[in-house]
Amino acid sequence: MHILPELFLSFAKIGVMTFGGGYAMLPIMQRELVENKGWATEDQLADYYAVGQCTPGIIAVNTATFVGQSQAGAAGGIVATLGVVFPSIVIILLIAAFLRNFMHLEAVGHAFNGVRAGVTALILTSVIKLFKGAVKDTFTRIVYVVVLALAAAGNFVNMPVSVPAAGLTVWNIVTSPVFLVIAAGAAGFAARFRKGGQKI
Amino acid sequence: MILLRLFFEFCKVGLFSVGGGLATIPFLTDLGRRTGWFSHGQLADMIAISESTPGPMGVNMATYVGFTTAGVPGGIAATLGLVFPSVIIILIIAQFLQKFRQSKAVDAVFYGLRAASVALITAALLQVARIALFNRTLPDGSTQLFHWPAILLAAAVFVCVKFTPLKKWHPIVFIAISAAAGIVFSM
Repeated sequence: MHILPELFLSFAKIGVMTFGGGYAMLPIMQRELVENKGWATEDQLADYYAVGQCTPGIIAVNTATFVGQSQAGAAGGIVATLGVVFPSIVIILLIAAFLRNFMHLEAVGHAFNGVRAGVTALILTSVIKLFKGAVKDTFTRIVYVVVLALAAAGNFVNMPVSVPAAGLTVWNIVTSPVFLVIAAGAAGFAARFRKGGQKI
Repeated sequence: MILLRLFFEFCKVGLFSVGGGLATIPFLTDLGRRTGWFSHGQLADMIAISESTPGPMGVNMATYVGFTTAGVPGGIAATLGLVFPSVIIILIIAQFLQKFRQSKAVDAVFYGLRAASVALITAALLQVARIALFNRTLPDGSTQLFHWPAILLAAAVFVCVKFTPLKKWHPIVFIAISAAAGIVFSM
């Protein structure tokens, strides 16, 4: 088979077989990409994953782009990415269209109220895991507390009408996730890279 | 033009959310508030649906938001927008992967960035909790600060996932159980 359709089909298969993305995908990728296709070694896959985690975007998409690129250049990267998202698009569109017709039923409303409570608990367990991995010392604890305080204030505090427009704009920028991510990255750079400069 | 707007907004989500599916939630919370495309309650439903369907969670969220906003083309535009920045960035990084892996500067940036990402997800969690567990509006129009059945259900799920052997079960099982509990107890 030509390499591009093969990339698309392999990554579509990976997309269908994993729930939740991220780490849940690793074993499936290992089987398909390392054992079945020989497109990457275990070590390469681990590298792709590590970089995928610390670059913007979805980890599965980043890994697909890496592997596709290594096999067939930029076109390969794009085709592999489209392959990995294709099944989700189809499945979600079907579910969303289906739900639209049933959302008004009382039982569906009750079911979703239950689901919201369950999901709150599931996210909490994920947050605890992520926290242990990322927040380890005084600096990261400070970043965590400051960012959480600003983001939560942005979500929960309604500015009084008396606040001038300029103040409101500043407040909206300072509490926006985009600003907070950039500021924290800059702070990390300043704290670690500059201080450890002599070691490099 | 709604499709272009969806593409662009999700480019932004894809560009700034680092570390997988959950990291998109704070950006979607922000998006919902700014555009009014979906409520926080709907966002909680989307998270549940995304967790119970195959594929990367961020992609599922984008498709779902895009579809509810502008139908099938909307779902496709949002998803392509989400993956667009990562594809470009990875195609560039792939040229010098080893250097990137070992760069102290990249490492230092992500030292601060990862903590911020977890903090943003925590803030999003508080938002979801507020919708799911508190300030419930009753059929007669009055509000109730604590939605006890939902709080008890959330506590039960948390204890099962965190402290019992049931934690090996797939999240979809807990979502299904929560849906059943919601119907049985008319939450």
